[in-house]
Amino acid sequence: MAIASTDTAIRTNRFTRTLIYLFLLLFALFYLLPLFVMVANSLKPLSEITGGNMMALPKVWTIEPWLAAWSTAQIGVEPTGLKPYFWNSIKMVVPAVAISTILGALNGYVLTKWSFRGDKILYGLMLFACFIPFQMVLIPMARVLGLTGLAGSTPGLVLVHVVYGIGFSTLYFRNYYAAFPTELVRAAQIDGAGFFRIFWRIMLPSSGPIIVVCVIWQFTNIWNDFLFGASFADFDSQPMTVALNNLVSSSTGVKEYNVHFAGAILAALPTLLVYIVAGRYFVRGLMAGSVKG
Amino acid sequence: MGFLDINNATKSYGAVEVLHKVDISVEEGEFLVLVGPSGCGKSTLLNMIAGLEDITTGEIAIKGVPMNGVHPSKRNIAMVFQSYALYPNMTVGQNITFGLEMHGVPKPERDKAMNEVAEMLQIKQLLDRKPGQLSGGQRQRVAMGRALVRNPDVFLFDEPLSNLDAKLRVDMRTEIKKLHQNLGTTIVYVTHDQIEAMTLSTRIAVMNGGYVQQLGSPKEIYDTPANIFVASFMGSPSMNLLPAKVVVSDTAVHAEIAKEGGSIRLAFANPGAALRAYDGQNIILGIRPEAITDPDGADRHSTHVETISAKIDVTEPAGSDTFATTSLGGKDCIARLRADADVKAGQTVDLAINMEKAIPFDPKTEDRIA
Repeated sequence: MAIASTDTAIRTNRFTRTLIYLFLLLFALFYLLPLFVMVANSLKPLSEITGGNMMALPKVWTIEPWLAAWSTAQIGVEPTGLKPYFWNSIKMVVPAVAISTILGALNGYVLTKWSFRGDKILYGLMLFACFIPFQMVLIPMARVLGLTGLAGSTPGLVLVHVVYGIGFSTLYFRNYYAAFPTELVRAAQIDGAGFFRIFWRIMLPSSGPIIVVCVIWQFTNIWNDFLFGASFADFDSQPMTVALNNLVSSSTGVKEYNVHFAGAILAALPTLLVYIVAGRYFVRGLMAGSVKG
Repeated sequence: MGFLDINNATKSYGAVEVLHKVDISVEEGEFLVLVGPSGCGKSTLLNMIAGLEDITTGEIAIKGVPMNGVHPSKRNIAMVFQSYALYPNMTVGQNITFGLEMHGVPKPERDKAMNEVAEMLQIKQLLDRKPGQLSGGQRQRVAMGRALVRNPDVFLFDEPLSNLDAKLRVDMRTEIKKLHQNLGTTIVYVTHDQIEAMTLSTRIAVMNGGYVQQLGSPKEIYDTPANIFVASFMGSPSMNLLPAKVVVSDTAVHAEIAKEGGSIRLAFANPGAALRAYDGQNIILGIRPEAITDPDGADRHSTHVETISAKIDVTEPAGSDTFATTSLGGKDCIARLRADADVKAGQTVDLAINMEKAIPFDPKTEDRIA
């Protein structure tokens, strides 16, 4: 047959299509509105906010509020800006994410490839960690931190986040490794590779997507955490989120809304960056873990 | 004592025994094929030889050294897996040399060994590629290369061809056989494909339900199967198993088989005393399709050919042969005729039965009457 019949093919109605895009555009604008307000107002002098319209673009563009939020704004009693707290957060997040991811990968590896009696029950119990609300662990955690002498320090916060994060990272890696062929592990055993060698040389290099998922998840959660930071940190280990709160609630004189907006964006930037850099792996990794469980 | 000895090895999971007292001795350079339907315990036995599963009771020894409890990497074995199990993150070259690296072989020696193997398997141009970029046949070669490079005492193959398409499977089969002939290595090979078993092996162990049903050369297995299971499992189309009655007379021993409107009597070629003892009793008579032919195509070397006339129900031209189905003893009976045999469904034709190849079985024990 020379010409393929087309009458059964689904024809997309141009009108419906336009309507769909219109709606999508509308929703996209709606969701972007808060970001617009924040960015626009963080680039205005304070007088424009107090005297004018929140929705308007700045008449006079300035980056003063950003500089102030970063290095000179009053946080609590010290005029340090968010800078030191940003580094506090980095010092807490990076090790916490790395450790919880590695431990989750090891757990997943053991639970799927070195199965033992009761491994399913153990995994089930670990899953519980994902459903325990933050507030419930506050007091026991405070006790543990007190006993170990880690209270009020960055290592203490790292410990808290690692413990809380293991449940999630184990969940991710276990499901990912469950679909990972066991024959590979057996082949490596015959080749003479030991437990850790197999892990480092064969399992981890093949875990790219799920590592990305785990890192994004852990990074966002730990970076955005306020409760643990507010409860267990000292003045010199407070993370960004707590500092942001202090910045906004410091009530000396006028409320510098433009500085607050800039500070809030600064606090959200790292997670945004992580999403932009690794986001496309996120969905892929989630699917890889979920299809074969 | 052989090169690889399996002495009364059993395997249990809890209270369930999945492998019952397996006793096989493999000589150096032998190609042993473990064949059987899925769940017969053949892969379990292979994993026990590899050390991937422990031995519940009994012993497995390689070169006289007991291997119970010895780590897989210290048994000097190599295994080719069904899925090939190539490390996806490494190149072909790294895949091949990984085992040597783990055993602390220095890099120059590893590269030399890798090049030799790559040369032999003609995969030199693939050494820098990742397994994901290879075709099924190429992966298969790399998996064999990974096994060969270690120069092990025993090669273990776990259904290595079952992931290939039909044509490639036949090609690789020949290649494995060539490799074995050239290198003279000891191989234990697991498959559920009876043709692979027949063509590759020097000896076959037919397994079912955790028991070794029969251990012998391909010819022994095919021509004198120990029981009905072995008889029907090996060969395609499978052996015709016809209910019959033994009738002993002064001059001969006959098998009486019911047939549409009466019965036929087929005289056994070399009846033994055991068969005579079945006088008047029912047996199962096993005849392979190729032992039932058109009279022109009958085996001229056979000492005893019986000719019967039978109505053909179905014909299946297969190109090289024509298979014709008739009814004997109330069962479908397949005959293998010459490709150009002029036979149509519904016709009544003469069929020649080579009684030298007929095998009587006891219907109760299902064992061959010998």
